Order: sequence, then structure tokens, then C-alpha cells
Amino acid sequence: MSSQLVVFSAMSIVAVLSAVGVIVSRNAVRAALALVVNFIVLGVLYFTMNLELLGISQVLVYTGLIMMLFLFCILLLNLGAPQMLEETSGLKRYVAVLLSLVLIVLVLTQVLGPVAFSGAPGSESALAGIPTAPDGYGTAKSVGTEIFTNWIYALEICSVLLLLGIVGSILLAKRRG
Amino acid sequence: MLEGTAGSLLFAQAGSMALTEEILWALLRVIVVILFVLVFVPPVIWWERRLLGWMQDRIGPNRAGPFGLLQPIADGIKLFFKEDITPSKIDRFVYFTAPAIALLPAFVLGATVPWGPNRLLTPVADVDIGVLWILAISSLGVYGVTLGGWAGNNKYSLLGGLRSSAQMISYELAMGVAIYSVALPTGSLRLTDMVSRQHDPLWGVVEWAQNWFVFTPYGFVACVIFLICMVAETNRAPFDLPEAESELVAGFHTEYSSMKFAVFFMGEYAVMAVFGGIFTTLFLGGWSPLPLNWDHLASSADASGMGWLAATLAFIGSSKIAGLWFLAKIVGILTFYIWLRATLPRLRYDQLMNLGWKALLPIAALNFVIVAIWMLYGWIAFFGSAAVVTLAYFYVVVLILKPRASAKRSELKLVDVRPDTAKTIEIG
Repeated sequence: MSSQLVVFSAMSIVAVLSAVGVIVSRNAVRAALALVVNFIVLGVLYFTMNLELLGISQVLVYTGLIMMLFLFCILLLNLGAPQMLEETSGLKRYVAVLLSLVLIVLVLTQVLGPVAFSGAPGSESALAGIPTAPDGYGTAKSVGTEIFTNWIYALEICSVLLLLGIVGSILLAKRRG
Repeated sequence: MLEGTAGSLLFAQAGSMALTEEILWALLRVIVVILFVLVFVPPVIWWERRLLGWMQDRIGPNRAGPFGLLQPIADGIKLFFKEDITPSKIDRFVYFTAPAIALLPAFVLGATVPWGPNRLLTPVADVDIGVLWILAISSLGVYGVTLGGWAGNNKYSLLGGLRSSAQMISYELAMGVAIYSVALPTGSLRLTDMVSRQHDPLWGVVEWAQNWFVFTPYGFVACVIFLICMVAETNRAPFDLPEAESELVAGFHTEYSSMKFAVFFMGEYAVMAVFGGIFTTLFLGGWSPLPLNWDHLASSADASGMGWLAATLAFIGSSKIAGLWFLAKIVGILTFYIWLRATLPRLRYDQLMNLGWKALLPIAALNFVIVAIWMLYGWIAFFGSAAVVTLAYFYVVVLILKPRASAKRSELKLVDVRPDTAKTIEIG
């Protein structure tokens, strides 16, 4: 077993466990914490694939800022007894089970499909079909160059969208009184 | 060490030897970082208490050992033997994890700080995304404070934790933009690159001096903003609202006692020290003792026939004692921290938010834009745009917003609510 595989399996076990923790935990703060752990582990997984910029953006944006705001709101609202948060509707539960089954099948076909057609994971034949990343792929330099040349319109549209969100939220917050 | 025998070894063996040696060095570096964080904290606490005492015209701790040097050890022993109280009705898991999370960023950040140019002191992980790493990890540290405040099941602690998270989000942005405005002229996010870039000639022309970012106009602005944000991120006075003892009874760590409190305490000082290292790296030229180009000075001294001076200069600038200079700069920054604490009163919460969002963030962003203009069009455009921005700021803030605000203030009226004697009193 290569060292990369060891790290990957350890991290993915933590990731899956923390993801389960998010939905199983009755306590909103604990659920948020599990989500934080999940985001950090995802960042580490990106690091193992040499996608340093993506990994650190994951940690910086999600755990550093977004989850902090989440936690801020949860603590500020002080959600009452956990029983209040429990879902009671039976129909919703069935639909949720059905939809998650569909999602699992979708993911499994994507993950296991290539393996089934080209041999065991990690073997020569399985790796043959997978394109390898060019040198320097995912570094800050290459990502920056791509964003500010080929994807500049997409970037600008995104920033206008974010600006709209900010202006809208300020409007909503200012409208009382 | 192995150079003499390397030739006789087989290539594969030499390779594996080199690998084990690499691993050993990496382990040594990790140990150095951990030792630094653990060993550096007690002297800092001693220095803070003595210096505060001196600044406040009192003696300070001077009983334990010479100059009270053993005071931190005595405090540590006292904390060990204190009763470890665990309040009832708490979230035990979060309560016990929070101090550990508070201590985490000091170690993780310390691993990327370039302490010196030699093999032992290079960063454990010289990551490609150094400054982003700093931002990400420093924002994780606040989880310890926020969760500690929540887990204690105490209203004051919760308020302290909430304040901490809001404060972190407000100052993280300005700090990020301030860092980017020196990362842009470096052309790299790597911390070692930023240090070597600062060892270039000053402003690109002065051969005998070094181009520390604090001496460049844009770098100076970024430096001041970063310094303020750094103090806010480490929850130090005058930004110590999360633990404001006069309003929140020590805030987030009210419910912590004994060693758990000590870990919070240590985390704060360790992060301060590591942030001092980051500040040194980003703005104060890293491990170089003074902003002088030592090699250039040594060679010119040699040329003018002063061999002893050249040797001294070369020794001062050499990599052997570079770590000491770095340490000295960290101590200087910590002294500045303590000086701030002795000088400035704590900010009010709305002042804190106004400073972060309305002053630091816009100035940092404008600075960033000006740096970009300079890089594209040169010095004339730099000073031109800086002048335009300064005039615009002056026009908007001093000539429009200030009179409007004071006009609004003078319009405020005290209204007597009793209908029969209804009258208004003008203020101002």
C-alpha cells in the first residue's frame, strides 16, 4: 500500500464519519463542528492530490469564514430543545430515503463504473485510461493565469452576483424602521 | 558529513541515506518549532508582567528567583495544583476540546514560518501557498475561543465567544488584503520568497540597503493595517473584548480552571509569538538583523582595505546567527504588544466594528489597487494614484461626511414626553 493510499483512506474514513456526525447529531453546535471537521479533511484530501490552492481555499473560505458565521448564528439564536428540531412528517422521510438511494446509485456508478470496465483500482490497466494532470496543475500561478485570461467573464459575472447579494442583504437589514 | 564517503557508496544506498537524513532534518525542524512554542511562552509572560509593572510605575513580580524570573514556573506549578472544576450541564466533549483547538494554530503556523536561512531553521513545510495558509489557520484558532465560550454554559462566556468570532471575521479580511498588497510585488505566496525579495536593494536602487516592505510606501500602509489586525486576531488589548474582565468577567474562559485555563493562556501567548514571526517575515525582512545589505557592505569594506570590518559584517549577516536576529525581532514585536496593552484603553464594540469595516478594509483595498497600478505603470502612476486617492478620501470624509455627521448630531433633540410641558431642548 502506498503512503498516499494510507493517508487517503485515513482521511476519507474521518470525512465519512464526520459527515455522518453532521446528520446524526441532535445538537446543532455539534453538527456544525462535525461539518467543520469534514471541511478540513476535504481540504487535506485536496492537499494529497497536490491541489494546494483548492485545499487551502476550502479551509479558508468554508471553515474559516462560512462555518464561523454559521456557528455565530447558531450560538446567537440559541436553538431550543433538540426535540423541536426533529422531523415528524412521515412522507418527507420516505422521500428523503428514496432520493438518497438515487444519489448513492449515481455516485457508485460513476466511481465503480470505470473500475469494473478496466480492472482493479491502482492497476496498470485502470490507470491507463486516466489522463494525468500537466505539471504545475492547480498551483496558485496556473489557476490565477487561467482565471484572469480564459475565464475572466465568468469571474466578473460571479463577482457581480456576489455584489448583488451583498447589496441585497444590506437593503434587507436596513429596511426596518 | 557524508561527503567523503559518498563517492564509494552505491547510488541507491546514497539515495536512501540522503532520504533518511532528510527525514531526520525534518524531524529536527518539527522539534525546533514545538520547543520554540513551548519554551518561549514563560519568558514572554515574565517579560509582559515586568514591563507592564515598569510602565505602570510599580515593581511587578520580583520575588521568585532573580528579577522574578522564576515567576512563570511558580505560576505553572500553582495552576497544576489548583482544583480542576468542571461545571455541570456542559457539553463535555466540546468543553475539553476547546483549549486544545486554541493551542493548535501556534504549532501549525509555526511550521510554515521561515525562522532562518540554514537547514535547521527553514520552515518545516515551505508551502507554495504560504500566506493563504497563514490566513486559513489563524482563523481556525478562534474556534477554540468561541467553543470554549459556548461549552461552559455561561452567558458571559457565550458573549465573549460570540464577540471573538465576529471580531475575527471583521479583521481577517483587512489582514488578507494587507498581506496581498505585499504578495503582489513579491510575485509569490511563498514566505521564503517574500523574505528573499526583501533582501533586494532598497527601492531597486540603493545598493547597500535592503528592501524591507516596511520601508516602501505601500508596504508601510499594509504593515500598519496588518499590525492592527494581528493584535485583533490574537485577542490582545486594546482588542481583548472576548475576555473583557470589566464587563464579561474574563469572558470565554470564565468556566475554565487549572490546566485547561493554562492551555488557553499559553495558546494566546504562543499565537502572539508566532504572529510576531509572521510579521517579521512579511514586513521586517525576515532574519536579516538590520536593513543593510551585509554582503555588499562587506565587499566594499574589503575593497577599502578594512579586512576586520568585512569579516565582522559578513559574520553579522551570515546564516549562522540569523535565527537569533529573527528571535530578537519577535521579542521586539512582543514588546510592542505589551506597550499597546499598557497604553490604550479597550475599544467599545461598535468602535471595533467601525475600525475594521469602515477604516482598515477600505484603506487596505485602496492600497492593493495602488500597488497593482504601480506594478503596471511605474512610480509616477503610483504617486499620482496615491495622491488622487488621498485627495478623494479627504474630500469625501473630511469635507462631506464629517459636517453631515456633526449636523445630524446637532439636530438631535431631547423631547419632554409630558404633553402639557412639551418643549424641545437643542444640543450643541
